[in-house]
Amino acid sequence: MTQLSHDDVQHLARLSNLRLTDDEARMLQVDLDNIVGYITQLDELDTTGVEPTYQVTDLENVWRDDVVDTYDVAASALLALAPVTEAAQIKVPKVL
Amino acid sequence: MSKISNFVGVSARKNVEAAIAKAHANESFHALLSLTETRALERADAVDRGEISGKLAGVPFVAKDNFLTLGGTTTAASKFLENFAAPLQATAIEKLEAEGAICIGKANLDAFAHGGSTENSAFGPTKHAFDQERVAGGSSGGSAVAVALGIVPFALGTDTGGSIRQPASFNGVVGVKPTYGTVSRYGVVAMASSTDTIGVLASCTDDAALVMSIISGKDTKDMTTLPDFFVPTKLDEKKSIGVIKEAMTDDVDPEVRRVTNEYVEKLRTDGHEVEEVSLSLLKYALAIYYIVVPAEISSNLGRYDGIRYGKRAEANRLREVYGSSRDQGFMTENKRRIMIGSYVLSSGFFDAYYLQAQKVRTLLINEFNALLTTFDVLITPVAPTPAFILGENTNDPIKMYLSDVMTVPASLAGLPAISVPAGKNEQGLPIGVQLIGKRRDDALLLALAKRIEEEV
Repeated sequence: MTQLSHDDVQHLARLSNLRLTDDEARMLQVDLDNIVGYITQLDELDTTGVEPTYQVTDLENVWRDDVVDTYDVAASALLALAPVTEAAQIKVPKVL
Repeated sequence: MSKISNFVGVSARKNVEAAIAKAHANESFHALLSLTETRALERADAVDRGEISGKLAGVPFVAKDNFLTLGGTTTAASKFLENFAAPLQATAIEKLEAEGAICIGKANLDAFAHGGSTENSAFGPTKHAFDQERVAGGSSGGSAVAVALGIVPFALGTDTGGSIRQPASFNGVVGVKPTYGTVSRYGVVAMASSTDTIGVLASCTDDAALVMSIISGKDTKDMTTLPDFFVPTKLDEKKSIGVIKEAMTDDVDPEVRRVTNEYVEKLRTDGHEVEEVSLSLLKYALAIYYIVVPAEISSNLGRYDGIRYGKRAEANRLREVYGSSRDQGFMTENKRRIMIGSYVLSSGFFDAYYLQAQKVRTLLINEFNALLTTFDVLITPVAPTPAFILGENTNDPIKMYLSDVMTVPASLAGLPAISVPAGKNEQGLPIGVQLIGKRRDDALLLALAKRIEEEV
């Protein structure tokens, strides 16, 4: 079994852009530890020389013409979805 | 349940009004999150005036609420998208509308389709169609219950690891998870891109085949779609069928095994050759799935940051906007999966988990391919148990994940798999059987199931 520490869990939360309360972090620590313990069973299998599978389409290099396609959606309709806009721009709080 | 043929050639307005009335009468099941009544009635009137025609003219349906649709919200059953009104429609919806079908509402799901019971919906669970103490299954639980209750003759769902098949089995309807790439994913909320599929839930195999023939096909808006191949078919010749023995062990509910064996016996009586076969890597499929899928989820759900759409949390700094928006917008299960994904992809662990999982995935696919050179169709139960009690598994993620153990293998391999009603347990809960086929043999699976549909 792995042992994920409280700090490990908070580190993963930061990597995932999640803010967790201490209660949530404690609960997820147990869950994640169990799940990681479960998925570790794949160690039992010898995969020397086996190629990984990343996709199952049997398609290769599907190209399209390099032209702009709006998919019939106006930029204004997309902008209208943003919580805060100003002068046709999406507005965000300070970065730093 | 109702059949598509009952709705064709009659007043579309009456069809839609009746479906909406039935939806209201069954509100206690919480199968639907919203109704798109205004748009539905406008389209119904256009059908009745002869302005819209097609194979499904005036036939009402519902879509899982992770399909973008016009005329209402698309929430993915999450707080994040609670008020999200899409500016476009999913290709599958557009294709159904082009044939005159009318979307009357949006079905409940586990938030972002993460779950196997619809209990992870931010708006409360869907109740099982025949026992309100039990789960609907998931994540397409609302779609399955809406069909089982006869609100609509068919519903759209998504299946990444069993999310159409398992609720179909629990509620006694037909569920189709097609070959990966059969139906365009454009306009559908992404979960795990290498196994996400779009499919249908219906009351019978003929209706499922009809809807599949309409929604499938190449779409330039989804580069992973396959060239058109789905054509409904009839089956006259005998097939060679393998029953996967690793899916019939003592861990599986005895009633589920009994019903599966009875179904297999009916296939044998119909003249097909049935043999017991081994898929030795079946027991590893769930571990592969819970590495690969969270990895893809952690990437796909990165887009929910509160900046461009969805709910933005109040904060003074950009990074806090991300963190708080995601904290408030996601359910615990969403966070769990995102963090597992971050873990298996993080430096130092990538080779041990993600790469190893993708290699074992290759071994699993090879084993499937070897079996499918000898056998036309493989059979397993859909789930190890019938529908479980609400709340029974919510505190134990692994126990919840084990509900997917029979359905994830076909997802990882991109193979078509359908869930068909096979019988009931002593309490009267429906039990489904899963038929898995070769790539592009989707229609054949439905044709085989149809041969013994009336007997079941």
